[in-house]
Amino acid sequence: MSGGVDSSTVAAMLRAEGHNIIGLTMQLWNQRRLAGREGMPESVQGRCCSIDDVYDARRVAQQIGIPYYVVNHEDRFERDVVRPFVEEYLSGRTPIPCSLCNNHLKFDQLLIVAQQIGAERVATGHYARVAYDEVRGRWLLRRPADLSKDQTYFLFGLTQDQLSRALFPLGEMKKPQVRELAATHGLAIAEKPDSQEICFVPGGDYKRFIDAYLAEQGESLPDTSGELVTTRGDVIGEHTGIHNFTVGQRKGLGVATGSPLYVIQISGAQKQVVVGGDEHLYSRILRTKRVNLISVAELQEPMRVAVKIRHRHEPAAATIERSGVDEILATFDEPQRAITPGQAAVFYDGDIVVGGGWIV
Amino acid sequence: MHRVYLDNNATTPVLPEVFEAMRPWFAERFGNASSIHHHGQETRAAVEDARESVAKLLGCRPSEIVFTSGGTEADNLALSGLVKAGEHVITSSTEHHAVLHAAKHLEELGCELTVLPVDASGLVDAADVQRALRPYTKLVSIMGANNETGVLQPIGPIAKIAAEAGVYFHTDAVQAAGKVPIDVKRIGCHVLSISGHKMNAPQGVGALYVKKGTKVTPLFFGGRHERSRRPGTENVPGIVALGKAAELARQGLQRGDDRRIAAMRDRLEQGILAQVDEAGVNGAGAPRVSNTSNIHFDHIEGESLVIALDLKGLAVSTGAACSSGAIEPSHVLLAMGLKPQRARSSIRFSLGKQTTEQDIDFALALVPETVARLRALSPRYKVLAGS
Repeated sequence: MSGGVDSSTVAAMLRAEGHNIIGLTMQLWNQRRLAGREGMPESVQGRCCSIDDVYDARRVAQQIGIPYYVVNHEDRFERDVVRPFVEEYLSGRTPIPCSLCNNHLKFDQLLIVAQQIGAERVATGHYARVAYDEVRGRWLLRRPADLSKDQTYFLFGLTQDQLSRALFPLGEMKKPQVRELAATHGLAIAEKPDSQEICFVPGGDYKRFIDAYLAEQGESLPDTSGELVTTRGDVIGEHTGIHNFTVGQRKGLGVATGSPLYVIQISGAQKQVVVGGDEHLYSRILRTKRVNLISVAELQEPMRVAVKIRHRHEPAAATIERSGVDEILATFDEPQRAITPGQAAVFYDGDIVVGGGWIV
Repeated sequence: MHRVYLDNNATTPVLPEVFEAMRPWFAERFGNASSIHHHGQETRAAVEDARESVAKLLGCRPSEIVFTSGGTEADNLALSGLVKAGEHVITSSTEHHAVLHAAKHLEELGCELTVLPVDASGLVDAADVQRALRPYTKLVSIMGANNETGVLQPIGPIAKIAAEAGVYFHTDAVQAAGKVPIDVKRIGCHVLSISGHKMNAPQGVGALYVKKGTKVTPLFFGGRHERSRRPGTENVPGIVALGKAAELARQGLQRGDDRRIAAMRDRLEQGILAQVDEAGVNGAGAPRVSNTSNIHFDHIEGESLVIALDLKGLAVSTGAACSSGAIEPSHVLLAMGLKPQRARSSIRFSLGKQTTEQDIDFALALVPETVARLRALSPRYKVLAGS
């Protein structure tokens, strides 16, 4: 229970259906830690784990009459989500903390706590569908009814064991329906706006967050300044740090030529940012590592799928095949724009999530 | 669900006799104790009766009792009321936050602060107090009984050291009042705090003993109540309740209730330790108050244990402070040298006047099996058990 509309409505729904449920909020990040540092806002309202959000979740639990607890896993969140977030950026990749949070906290740590306190499953407000497929003998993850809220992109890392214990009651519903249901149940949070940002980066300024976090840790921002080069290797300028860039970025390059320039590639090792015209952003090849397969146990032979290369992306037709231990290669029918290392590539077979991996 | 409450150090239920004593003072017999008329006189009498009763519990004069809104206010009044900028305060690392934070605040205002360590049992060494004294030390504050572990500090010897140095001595007796006999003259303290809701009176009332001749500066202003030490219209029902609770506490001590409670606590402790491996009492090496048992259960999260027990009807606590769930491990346990992991694996059981033998049976039947289940599901334990 995050204090948001989705998880609150799930709680109300399950309670109304007569299930024996316990409300849990995970305290994952102390919003006051970096407040005021390096330009970070002094106080943060209504973000995950803020006092306001816990208050909202608690009030919903009280309103629907279920036991409610807050469990603290700040240590694990920092180790498994926040640190990697910072390190990925400093290595020139664009991370997805939400997937890591799902893999390590929401569907790992939370499942452990749930089992320990005697619960069989964990229900969340994720827009996704999960069900056991008798024919395949596997738990399948599918896209939800409301594709505009589809969160399966962030759930590609879930194992069979985790999926067998997950419940996504909002999978068949559309967002406006969910808000209506919340209102019907008389939940005060029915009108609460959705949170769009990374929960521990208020305001979305991840550069400021990285500065503040490293300062707090007593670490200095590593100097990753270096050269801006063209796709042919010509040096055309300088940059002040690779974490300031993401593939496809157009602003903030500090150089102007006749035509628009975009970040094509970021090289952590050489501290170089490669820039080029729009045409250089397109590629048909995508490599992934640390793959997780859901609908199939193994990829014996090449498979036709649709691939999402970021959350806001229309799945594009491609062929995937094993290219090494724990590696999958995707070859798109059409070139795709701004394939970004650090993001996830998630493979779909219709609305079934085949699996996914991390883009290298 | 059958519920058993073993978290009396968090708060206690108001005893029926206490509730009966306070009930008329809401509507039947109400008044402002400062009013001249009949209502005021009746109310004034009730407040003063309560004051006498509390004075009797502490072995002091009624005029030495200042009623407050609770233990926290009493602690703050003692500290802020006696110490000025530039002066020095000595306290211990296991005090309640009401003392520690008040002391830190004094530090911010320009006082000097010494926070004494404790040993592995949680005890302050009186010799450390002696060594920490400076020419401009104004106050030493050491608690009577620790709220998390029940450890009883050697306040007699410490008070003596303070007195010989011409320094004020304050003791936070919030967890001790009603559980151990208190005689402020014998202890030798200048100020002493108690809290109503820790001794079967309601939340919202407490008292500070202020030795005659000790001048405390009030925390806020607005009248001459409590001999100008604590303005504000008296919380009559609360004060009447505190008076009744004090009377019952005295009778209980005379009857030996604390020995009965200690016997139940010992049975609970021994029973748990006999059935659970890799568990131990925090503060075992020190004298402890009758009702408290703080036990570490290695390889599990105390938080998960508290939740699992609550879902089965047993109420206990981790003794850790919490705000928006940003839990910090117990500063008391850390001060005793427990590793953070062990501090996080600790649970506090605290019995009360209403605790029965059946309650202990219930806890003994539930705790070991719950710990076993948590351990079976703990990834860390599986690794260790495997090796």
